[in-house]
Amino acid sequence: MGAAGVPSLARIQWVGFETIVRREFGRIVRIWIQTLVPPAVTATLYFLIFGSLIGRRIGTMGGYDYMQYIAPGLIMMAVITNSYGNVVSSFFGAKFGKHIEELLVAPLPNWLIVLGYVAGGVVRGLLVGVVVTAVALFFTRIPVEHPLLVAGSVLLTAVVFSLGGFFNAIFAKNFDQITWFPTFVLTPLTYLGGVFYSVSLLPDWAERLSYANPILYMVGAFRHGFLGTSDVGLGMAFAIMALAAVVMFAVVVTLMNRGTGIRE
Amino acid sequence: MQALAIRGLTKTYRNGVVALRGIDLEVAEGDFFALLGPNGAGKTTTIGVVMSLVTKSGGSVSVFGHDIDRELDRAKSCIGLVPQEINFNNFEKVYTIVVNQAGFYGIPRRLARERTERYLRQLQLWDRRHEIARALSGGMKRRLMIARALVHEPRLLILDEPTAGVDIEIRRSMWSFLREINAAGTTIILTTHYLEEAESLCRHIAIIDGGRIIENDSMAAVIRKLHQESFVLNLRHPVTAAPQLPGYAARLTDDHTLEVDVARGQGLNDIFARLTSAGIEVASMRNKVNRLEELFMRLVENRGAAAGGS
Repeated sequence: MGAAGVPSLARIQWVGFETIVRREFGRIVRIWIQTLVPPAVTATLYFLIFGSLIGRRIGTMGGYDYMQYIAPGLIMMAVITNSYGNVVSSFFGAKFGKHIEELLVAPLPNWLIVLGYVAGGVVRGLLVGVVVTAVALFFTRIPVEHPLLVAGSVLLTAVVFSLGGFFNAIFAKNFDQITWFPTFVLTPLTYLGGVFYSVSLLPDWAERLSYANPILYMVGAFRHGFLGTSDVGLGMAFAIMALAAVVMFAVVVTLMNRGTGIRE
Repeated sequence: MQALAIRGLTKTYRNGVVALRGIDLEVAEGDFFALLGPNGAGKTTTIGVVMSLVTKSGGSVSVFGHDIDRELDRAKSCIGLVPQEINFNNFEKVYTIVVNQAGFYGIPRRLARERTERYLRQLQLWDRRHEIARALSGGMKRRLMIARALVHEPRLLILDEPTAGVDIEIRRSMWSFLREINAAGTTIILTTHYLEEAESLCRHIAIIDGGRIIENDSMAAVIRKLHQESFVLNLRHPVTAAPQLPGYAARLTDDHTLEVDVARGQGLNDIFARLTSAGIEVASMRNKVNRLEELFMRLVENRGAAAGGS
């Protein structure tokens, strides 16, 4: 408390942040059939078809059986899709339903509103990551060579894609515009980002092109945490993820401060 | 201290529409203040700027001494807003909406729960607390927005058309509630289309039109500016012609209804005396239109005529 019983701005901001995260978590749990079940179903089908049926014919990749090889990629794919999807739908929904005004009239700075939504996206990404991991464990054993690497890469990736979802929601004017980027950009980049294969199997030009895909580094670092092997350098991977997180956070907060998409 | 001080406020939207052309307004702490104006006059834009939902083009706004350019968060902490349009998440529960809003203002969870119960009870919504907001009636949704605006116990409460679409019984109970919280020290600014509401509740009034303040005074002073009022007299028995009332303009609208214009300074006793002597019995009487409404229309029409002539 500050002077005359007035709470300090830091106290207000902490409680405000906690409330945004709590609300986002409540939303994820309230609509669990939309948020937690589909990734489990999709992951089961992937493991069944690519891992169990086709994978048996493929044999090993990177020294591991195919099911073990794709498991980190599939977990990361779910984390990317869900952290992005959570923020883009929640923030755009708040804009569309006008209840974003509940936050805009409150004494919370824009950077804190962004952090709150990003935390919500990270929570959903990680929850879904745990669900997909649980599904994977039904099909195969997944070693964990470097737990900190796993934690660091999944966290940073979830942050980056939550910020991406926020960026999309700021500019979106209708529901079509929140599905365009995930469908036409995010999904192709994820599928081509080494989820199902090692880029070393590709022709030279395609391998070189793949290194321009940031998702390759995220999947690579995450896979390295589990299996101790990957297509990318860890230093480069973490530099890309950290830089993307910092730059996107700065961009999104600047847009919020300008009132882009939220204020007249 | 001024609860709200606005100086030279201007707003031009990106499409070139000039919404505010230099608004100056002061609302004293503890006041019950009406901000009136026709549709598109600039009321909601003014409130939007105060709440930082609309970016101003020029001028300054301070709330209890906190300038919104320098201490925006402090200024926001002092205000509770009941907006014109429903703006809560229709899929959230009533209780969650209010308790979360308290959190956005930094109220710790335990205190937020206590206050949520208090305000939901006061606004007769406690029994509906577990329902999703979408299931509430229009009047209940309005009351929910009032509870939400009050949960951080703001020093200044701004209500933008709070009783629009609310039935008369609920409107009256909302008036009584607003009077209570104003008496307890909360400054209230009200915009409304129901001029009877403004006249009944507010002590000061500003009329805004075309992005400018065209009247700003105490309610009593504004009402005194009325030069003439019209009264409708319902007659017990039918008459065929309007009675002679020297000094008054009187007309018969049907055989049971007499309309009389009464200028400022004239009394009503003379009218009744003359009607009695003419054997005409008055069954009941009312104002033809709300007094404030009459003044409002005149001010806005005068402005329109001046603009048309210039």
